[in-house]
Formats: sequence, C-alpha cells, structure tokens
Amino acid sequence: MNFDFSDDQEEIRQAVAKLLDGHTSFAKSHELLDAGAGFDRDLWAKLAEGGWLGVTIPEVHGGSGMGAVELAILAQEMGRTLAPIPFGAAQYLAIPALVEFGSDAQQAALLPEMATGQKIATVALAETCGFAPGAVAAKVVDGRISGVKSPVSDGAVADVAIVAALDKNDAPGFYIVDLKGEGVQVEPLVGMDPTRPQSRLVFAGAEADQLAGANAAAIDRLMDGAAVLVAFEQLGVAGQALDISTKYALERTAFGRPIGSFQALKHRMADMFAKIELARSNAFFGAWALAENDERLPEAAACARLTALEACQFAGEEAIQIHGGIGYTWIADPHLFLRRGWHLKAMLGPTTIWSERLVSALKAPETTSAKAV
Amino acid sequence: MDFSDTPEEAAFRKDACAWLEANATLRDGSEKVQDAFMANTPEEVTAAQAWQKRKAEGGWAGITWPKEYGGRGGNEMQQIIWNQEEGRYKVPPNIFVVSSGLVAPTLIAHGTDKQKTEILPSLLSGEGVWCQLFSEPAAGSDLAGIRTRARRDGDDWVITGQKIWTSGAHYSGYGILLARSNPDVAKHKGLTMFVVKMDSPGIEARRIKQISGHSSFNEVFLDELRIPDSDRLGPVDGGWRVAMTTLTNERYTLAIGRSVGGMRAEELIPLASGVTLNGRPAIENDQVRAKIAEFASRQRGMEFTSYRIMTALSRDKEPMVEGSIGKLMLGKLRQEMASFALELTGSTAGISDQPKDETGLWRVDYLTAPGNRISGGSDEIQRNIIAERLLGMPPEIRTDKDTPFSQLK
Ligand SMILES: Cc1cc2nc3c(=O)[nH]c(=O)nc-3n(C[C@H](O)[C@H](O)[C@H](O)COP(=O)(O)OP(=O)(O)OC[C@H]3O[C@@H](n4cnc5c(N)ncnc54)[C@H](O)[C@@H]3O)c2cc1C
Repeated sequence: MNFDFSDDQEEIRQAVAKLLDGHTSFAKSHELLDAGAGFDRDLWAKLAEGGWLGVTIPEVHGGSGMGAVELAILAQEMGRTLAPIPFGAAQYLAIPALVEFGSDAQQAALLPEMATGQKIATVALAETCGFAPGAVAAKVVDGRISGVKSPVSDGAVADVAIVAALDKNDAPGFYIVDLKGEGVQVEPLVGMDPTRPQSRLVFAGAEADQLAGANAAAIDRLMDGAAVLVAFEQLGVAGQALDISTKYALERTAFGRPIGSFQALKHRMADMFAKIELARSNAFFGAWALAENDERLPEAAACARLTALEACQFAGEEAIQIHGGIGYTWIADPHLFLRRGWHLKAMLGPTTIWSERLVSALKAPETTSAKAV
Repeated sequence: MDFSDTPEEAAFRKDACAWLEANATLRDGSEKVQDAFMANTPEEVTAAQAWQKRKAEGGWAGITWPKEYGGRGGNEMQQIIWNQEEGRYKVPPNIFVVSSGLVAPTLIAHGTDKQKTEILPSLLSGEGVWCQLFSEPAAGSDLAGIRTRARRDGDDWVITGQKIWTSGAHYSGYGILLARSNPDVAKHKGLTMFVVKMDSPGIEARRIKQISGHSSFNEVFLDELRIPDSDRLGPVDGGWRVAMTTLTNERYTLAIGRSVGGMRAEELIPLASGVTLNGRPAIENDQVRAKIAEFASRQRGMEFTSYRIMTALSRDKEPMVEGSIGKLMLGKLRQEMASFALELTGSTAGISDQPKDETGLWRVDYLTAPGNRISGGSDEIQRNIIAERLLGMPPEIRTDKDTPFSQLK
C-alpha cells in the first residue's frame, strides 16, 4: 500500500504547476469576472501546446494515454490557480465517455482535435435539480434530439456536447451533438462563476449520434469518476483559499497584533485545514479506486464528493470572513474561490444526491445485521 | 409575558394597518431582495425619502422618539408592531438604518440642544440622510486605532485622513466622523466625534464594489476638511464614549433586524415544492424538511430574541449587550439558508433559470450575507463581547491599551 503520489506523478504536478503559475493570475480571473464571460485563450493554447489537454486521451488519438491519477493531479492544479478555461466538463466527463463508449470513428472524429485544443467539448446532463440518469426528459427519436439542458458548463464556448437523453424506449443514454449545427440554441445563464460561464441548451431536432453502451449503470460509473476528479479541483481551490487566508492573517494587525494570533481565527484556519486534509484522503482513495476500477468506487466517490464540497465551501466562506471588510469587496480575491467552489458544486449536483448515493453504496457490517435479525 | 396584543396594542396595530393599507401595497413575492447593502439607485433613494416623509407626516417615523424631537413618544412594543406590519408591504429600501438607528440615538445622548433641534427633525422627515465615517483601512475591528487627524485651528478643526466601508456615503447629506484629536495619549483617549456635511470642500467619496456586484459602500478621502467647533459632537478627546453609543445602537439595530432584508425560511417551501430531487418533489425529502425546520426555528428564535431585547430596552432605556446575540446569529443563518436554497436548486445552484435574469434572489442573498458577518462588528468581535461582558470571561490581553498612540508601532 502507498497513500501518496509517486515520484513520477509529483514530477507531472510540478511541471503543470509551473506552466499554470506562469500563465494564470488572479488579476486575469478578475478581468474575466468583470467581463462577465469568456475564458483565457492564451492559457488554453499554452496547455494544448504542452499536451495537457489530452492526458487521458489514448495515444492513437493524439493524447498521452495516462490514467485517472494523473488527471486528478492536473485537476488540483487547475483549482489552485482558478484556471479560467473550459477544462472540467471535457476532461472529467466528455473524454472518459468518449474513451469508454465511443466507436473508433467517433473517437477519431473528436479526440484528436480535443487534444490540440481546436475543439472544445462539454457535457449536458442536468435538466432540473442535479443529475440522475433516470431523471432525464430530453429525448432522441430517429437520431434527432429534443429537450432542454440547464445548466451546461462551457456551453457558450463548446463546439460539441455529450448529451444525456432517453431513446424511444425511454432508456437513458449518451449522444454526441454538434452545438454549431441545426436545431441547437445556446442561451447564456447568470451563474456564480462568470469565469466558467453556464448556458442553457435548447435542442429542437438536432442531429444526435449515440454512444453505444452508455446505459444507466455505465453513466452512474462515469458520474462517480467525475466526482473524484472534481474533488481534486475543489481541493486545489480550498487549499489556495486557506493559503491566502494564512498569509493575510500574518500580515494584518488589529489591537496591536497579527489577526492570526487570535484563537478565533487560528482555530478557524485549523478547521479549514482539517476539512481539506480529510477530503484529500477520501479523494486519494477515490483516485485509486477509479484508476483500478475497484468495486468500492461508488463509496469512495461519494465520500470524496461530500467532504470536498464541505471543505471547499467552508474555505471559501471563511476566507472572506478572515479578510474582514476587504474580503467582501469585488476586487479582492477571496470571492473568486467561493465562486469557483459553487461552480464545482453545480457541476455534479448537491449533497442531498450524493448522501443518497453514499448510503446506498454502504454495506451494513455483517455482525450488526446479524444481531438485528 | 404576553405574546398577544393588549387592547391598546391591538388598537395601535389597527391604526397602523389602516394607514399602511391607505398608503402602500402589499408584498406579492415579486419584489427583489431589499436591504441596506444593495446599491440604492438615485430612484430608490428618492423613493425611500418620499416614503420616510410620508411616514413622518403620518406619525409613524419616530415611534419611540421623544415628542420634543417630533417623535411619537411611543414604546418599543409599538415599534415591534409597526415593523411587523410594515414588513408585509412593498416599501422602498430602508436607507435610514444609519440615520435613525445609529446617528439619532447618538445625537440624543451626546448632542447639544442646538444640534438636536437643528438635526433631528430633518433626520426624521428623511430629508437628511446620514452615514457613519468610522472605519479606516488600518482600523476596523480595532476602531480605536484610527489615524484620521483632527487639528484645532482657531474656531475650526481641520481633518485629514481616509475612511473606508462607509455605507451610503454616496447618497448621504451628512455624516458622523470619528477622528484623532490627540495622538499623545492612549488610543481610546485622544478621539473626537464630529458632524460633517458631505458636500463640504475636502471630502471625496468613491464607491466600492461588493462581492455581490452592488456598490453600497465607499472610501471617503478627507483632505484639509474644515469643520467648525460647533459641529463637534461631545467633548474634545471624548469621542470614544460617543462612538460606543453609536456602536451599541448599531448592534441593537442590526439585531432587531430593522435593516436586513434577507429571505424567510418559509420561502424555502415553494422553492422546494418546485424542484425534483431523486425523482420526487424536494419538499417530500426528509433531509430537506429537516433543514427547513432547523432554519425556521432558528429564525423564529432570533425574532423572539429581538422582541425580548426590545422589551428590556423599553424598561432600561439602554440598549444592551444582548444585541450582540442577534447580530451574531444573523449573518451565519442567512448564509446557510441561502446556501441551502442554492443547493436545493441542485445543478442550477446559484444559476437563475431564466436566461440573462438579474434577480436570482437567493444568489444575491448568499453573496450579501458575508457582509452581515463582518459589518457592525464581525462575528468574532460579537463573540468576544458576549463572552467578556455577558459571561464575565477575562478580556483579551491588549498590550497597546495604555501606550500613547504616537508611540505605537
Ligand atoms: C457591508 C459593510 C458595511 C459597512 N458599513 C460601514 C459603515 O457604514 N461605516 C463604518 O465606519 N464602517 C462600516 N463597515 C466596516 C466594518 O465595521 C468593518 O469592516 C469591521 O469592523 C471589520 O473591520 P476590518 O474590515 O478592518 O477587518 P479586521 O478588523 O481587519 O478583521 C479581519 C478579521 O480579523 C478578525 N478579528 C479582528 N479582531 C479580532 C479579535 N480581537 N478576535 C478575533 N478575531 C478578530 C475579524 O473578525 C475578521 O475576521 C462596513 C463593513 C461592511 C462589510
């Protein structure tokens, strides 16, 4: 057993961290926040150039064919730097869906251009509260899709979406839809994180190409994988929110001492740290279970999701509090973390859904169930 | 104890209702979140002033104020009744929180007769809107650490420095300003309070944008601002006591919720009914029901605590430290409730369902709540006040308390 990244993985982390540190800044995030939409195209190009947009894409399709753990490392760095690019939906969901269910032709048509950054992909799952394969109303008949998907991350900039919909027998599945084609309307939504803009997609008979084999159980597994990867991004966000808080708590003085010397804040930051580390441990287990396709993935994913949601929101909210008045301003950085945290929460649905998934995945220990009988 | 109206109170309520019915329309759920932290456009300010004027003319503006200053000479119970009834109506945002909640009691306690008779009537009628020029970039929680200097020059004072987070400075005609008149004594001892006209030469206010996107507070630059000594409020170097009156009333005002809009727990019911969770209406989900119950019980508790505080006030005539309880509970509850509402809308968390929709009530509420936890003394400061002044815990060790301000690092 080994509960940490390998040396090779740590090297990957350092390499991507270096690239991101050189090409992201919270000032840039603020620019996009002020603009209310858009993403950092220069950073996108730099990541494509470095081969970072295709880490889990098979080599035959222009990627580097690495595993879930490597992608998790990337996710964490994206969170830490609040990278304002359409990364998550494509990497955590669209690519895995294509790799797992796509035919050779489907893969060849999309993956190479996704690896080079020329094509931006997203997924369209939710229609109302959260996403469950059974709670979908969008429908595909004779290869044409109709229905509404909302919210869709990166919908406004994506060229193509993997869309969850029902077939004519009401069985859920995944379909590739060209968002630039006929019968697709993309409407902007006002979201928490304008650096990751959300959209509503309205389909009226758009062409839909089915990913064979993506049945309800397979979709569920995909969601679990995404939950683990998103948890890593949340860890990056939360860790950085804590980092700016400890820095500020050392610099800022009140009553003649650094505010970090007040136990109220000291303990708050210690709580932030503890929540983050707890979530990290769950996320590590999740990454391993995902990479190894272990049967405990549903439990691992839900644990990672629930603890990362808590750590990320707590860190975002308390980072604002620790900064006092300045933390409540638009031009300061703390709310960037809060906003990204909510974006990541919105991506896969709320705690209510994941607590349900966790309890269903848990097994009562045999001794207790025997006693109960 | 009596949680229902006495015959006199019932009569008062009837009068209030009749007047409100004749002068305003009932809320119908279509209104935006309204509170003191919103931007307050010129139209909203004009509307708020007109509403205040109408209330003043009807005798409803200064319910607990002494009659000699144009008030009704009524009691706190009547104020509670008025707040309850007015809360049911669509009325403009309350931009008079600082004016009537903070400045008026400070003036009544520390002003000269001339100041009181000159200022209070226009404050009551809504003509004079006031702001609170206390916090500075380097001094918020530690208010006594302010650096803005007040130098005596003949019959005038000359003020230079910077204030920040000044709510409503952009629409206020007047402000109360705390400045350092004597740097060579301990930090609490060399402060003096002034009344300033916001259009005086030497004052410049610039809006600051909040995380919610609104800009209700400002930074205010003071450059050789001249104030006649007759506009001093309270004794020279006695400003700390004056400020304490303001701050105690601020906690109390925030605690009794006259200023905060915010959503009510009940509003989660229609929200939860309209959302599907795991294939069923969310309102049927036990987790959801338990949460709504928790929020409602906390919100009720806060409401009744505020009534108890007001009852105590009506006996002692001195707002008490208990105001800190309400102030402390307020922001966190609002934050948790809005967060829950955003979660409940699931994947649409924080995303209004309508394209380009600007209202997103719960989102605005969620991004406003952090301000409640910081303004008017942060949550941490309120906890210190409760522990030290109510529970008798030893105070924090403050090494800078007795050192002359000019010798502090
Ligand atoms: C929306 C809003 C409106 C406002 N309106 C006004 C206004 O109209 N007029 C005005 O004068 N001011 C106003 N303020 C300013 C407000 O009073 C200050 O922001 C507040 O007192 C905190 O001060 P600070 O911002 O300097 O933070 P700091 O004092 O630097 O606090 C930073 C952090 O340290 C913590 N901290 C500080 N001291 C202690 C301690 N002893 N123990 C434990 N923790 C501590 C704080 O709780 C906070 O978390 C407003 C603020 C906001 C957010």
